[in-house]
Amino acid sequence: MKIGVVVFPGSNCDHDAWYAVTHNLGHKAEFIWHGSADLGDVDAVILPGGFSYGDYLRCGAIAKFSAVMPAVKKFAAAGGLVAGFCNGFQILTECGLLPGALIRNRGLKFICKPVDLRVETAGSPFTNTLRPGQILRIPIAHGEGCYVADDDTLDQLEKQRRIAFRYADNPNGAMRDIAGILSEGRNVLGMMPHPERASDPLMGSTDGLGIFESMVSALVRS
Amino acid sequence: MKARVTVSLKRTVLDPQGQTIRSALVSRGYGQIEDVRQDKVFEIRLAEGTDAAAAKKQLEEVARDILANPVIEDYRVELEG
Repeated sequence: MKIGVVVFPGSNCDHDAWYAVTHNLGHKAEFIWHGSADLGDVDAVILPGGFSYGDYLRCGAIAKFSAVMPAVKKFAAAGGLVAGFCNGFQILTECGLLPGALIRNRGLKFICKPVDLRVETAGSPFTNTLRPGQILRIPIAHGEGCYVADDDTLDQLEKQRRIAFRYADNPNGAMRDIAGILSEGRNVLGMMPHPERASDPLMGSTDGLGIFESMVSALVRS
Repeated sequence: MKARVTVSLKRTVLDPQGQTIRSALVSRGYGQIEDVRQDKVFEIRLAEGTDAAAAKKQLEEVARDILANPVIEDYRVELEG
């Protein structure tokens, strides 16, 4: 299994994601430079956390025009697994692969702390080794993590069971406590918390590993 | 030719910065201030001789696709002289 980690100027969780896949899971991972129009032969793509292009204009607003993004969109359209963590989630909403937007936290502060997430569905390639209702302790680290969308979109996400994770104790004002969502085809995941920062025993929690394990297990089955 | 694009959060979207500014103003004694919304303004300079109608059309496109995120923001394009 080989997972590609896209590197934008300003990405800072790219190496952590690479480490989780290679050292904690024992699979292959490789970096994909944002200027590359080709994803190579990867089986899944991760858009990592960080501050792509300095978060200028809006978080993810410049990254969506990177040369690599048409390839990511094409990969997703063909059913490929794409996961965006934190800034990666912001990029996925900006480029339209996921609905809604991430705005400034309600309390205005940048929040960096472990939070409890409730798994809302096991029916996705990112959560298939987890069980609904399970609580994961995974860190958040964001200033713009408040998920917003119009009521119709939120209702649709609920009806189609596309809310992957909710905060047990909402830290940022996100509508309906949303921490992570799935695309209609369920092959694109965006989440504000950082599973790659909870993947090694040294980090205090390995609860994030389940998301990477689910991806690998979905790829093995396919 | 100069242009100005103003991007503002939709009225339905929470503006915590505006609210914080408002409460600071109220605490300074400006109690009559009921609401503050913080916008972004882009001052844009266009090449001499640019056709106004074409520029307006292009800037509408730029505002919609790049400067604003229509999921959460509204925008207004104005051409100046």
